Amino acid sequence: MLYIKCPWCGWRDESEFGYGGEAHIERPQDPDALSDAEWADYLFMRTNPRGPHRERWVHTAGCRRWFNAIRDTQTYEFKAFYKMGDQPSGGEQ
Amino acid sequence: MKKYSIFSLARNAIGHHENWWQAWRSPEPKKRYDVVIIGGGGHGLSTAYYLAKEHGIRNIAVLEKAWIGGGNTGRNTTIIRSNYLWTASAGIYELGLKLWEDISQEVNFNMMLSQRGVLNLGHNLQDMRTIERRVNANRLNGVDGVVLNAQQVKDKVPIINISETNTRFPVLGASYQPRGGIARHDALAWGMARACDDLGIDVIQQCEVTGIRREDNRIVGVDTTRGHIETNRVGAVTSGNSGVVASMVDMRLPIESHPLQALVSEPIKPIIDTVVMSGAVHVYISQSDKGELVIGAGIDKYNGYGHKGSLQVIEEQLAALVELYPIVSRLRLLRHWAGCVDTCPDASPLVTKTPIQGMYFNCGWGTGGWKSTLGSGWCFAHTIANDEPHPLNEAFSLKRFETGAVIDEHGAAGVAH
Repeated sequence: MLYIKCPWCGWRDESEFGYGGEAHIERPQDPDALSDAEWADYLFMRTNPRGPHRERWVHTAGCRRWFNAIRDTQTYEFKAFYKMGDQPSGGEQ
Repeated sequence: MKKYSIFSLARNAIGHHENWWQAWRSPEPKKRYDVVIIGGGGHGLSTAYYLAKEHGIRNIAVLEKAWIGGGNTGRNTTIIRSNYLWTASAGIYELGLKLWEDISQEVNFNMMLSQRGVLNLGHNLQDMRTIERRVNANRLNGVDGVVLNAQQVKDKVPIINISETNTRFPVLGASYQPRGGIARHDALAWGMARACDDLGIDVIQQCEVTGIRREDNRIVGVDTTRGHIETNRVGAVTSGNSGVVASMVDMRLPIESHPLQALVSEPIKPIIDTVVMSGAVHVYISQSDKGELVIGAGIDKYNGYGHKGSLQVIEEQLAALVELYPIVSRLRLLRHWAGCVDTCPDASPLVTKTPIQGMYFNCGWGTGGWKSTLGSGWCFAHTIANDEPHPLNEAFSLKRFETGAVIDEHGAAGVAH
């Protein structure tokens, strides 16, 4: 089981959390101007890296707030936790 | 190819099985191939096999970064069925099932296909309505299936608990596909590697692709840990690592890689002679020829390439297992492992061309690739050989995410395999 640090509640077991997939996918500013291919890219395409991955978690069984994390998808080790809307500190990718 | 037979078995028994011939060569990579298949799993080997057999292309390399049978092909829970809801799915999965029925004879290798039937349980009224709809759709598409009530399930699976009074998820019935069953996972890997080798295909292990070279949007070769190989056609069949291969050609796929866990119990006497799956409580079970109960779970929720998952997934799965089959409550577990599966948003695969000329992807089979290994290879071989999809895999293109014609199989694929 992963051990995850909620920015508000501190370290908790993975079973308290929900997963939100890749982070920093921004909703298109001008949806009407998008082509079908651009919509597909926004809705479905994912980077899915083997290595550091910026992803969203939600503390479902705690404060119910969303936050971001950087986790290595090969070792599962968390590199950073940061709040929604923030960019990761320390220059992580 | 030297044939396996009762006589070769007897001869080698006399020799204490020390003189069995090599099943396939370990060739050095050549300078150039007509087609390079990345990934020596079941799907990759089947693709190469049908390219040679159906389309006459012999100068093929199958590049495997580790060893044959060491990836998802050797890690799955061996269940075979074709009872998917949509017509496009019925086509490709039913082709797979039909190919399974003949492959042992065709390649002279016992895949130990056992068509012992597959049950998909329903636990509430909506489950049962969905099951009736799916079985009716199956039958219209020529796929066998019947709807069973709880007592009929009990008749087929005497160890199952169908009590409605003290269970969280009572068993109300099931869909049943009699032609479904199980087959031997590593037999497929080894049998197809041997069949490929016999057709002159180079099956190259310990050869990882590190880059793919392009010129003017055309594939011109691949870089590997064993040197550069020239080719104009590359078929990527790398399941969980498809995103990594896609990034080599600056593509993104609608795929996320997740750990998928499975486990087996200690071997016991026969207690279940069919396959029972339940998408609602995330558990499925069959019994291997050695007597082990083969038990599978749903995917872990997070992206992961690490071939390991989290323990609470196993805990939930075993809780459901014990409620469904109280007899197993004191069994010990023997082994526990995970694969790395490539899940698509609509739970259907990609067997597709790409905008890059000569680059093809066969991926996104998610949790249910095993059953369709041969059908997938057959369709993908056609796609590579003709640079056009076969009608059976036309719907499984990358384009569907732009047109919106996705093939939602979460009901039939979902957790259950």
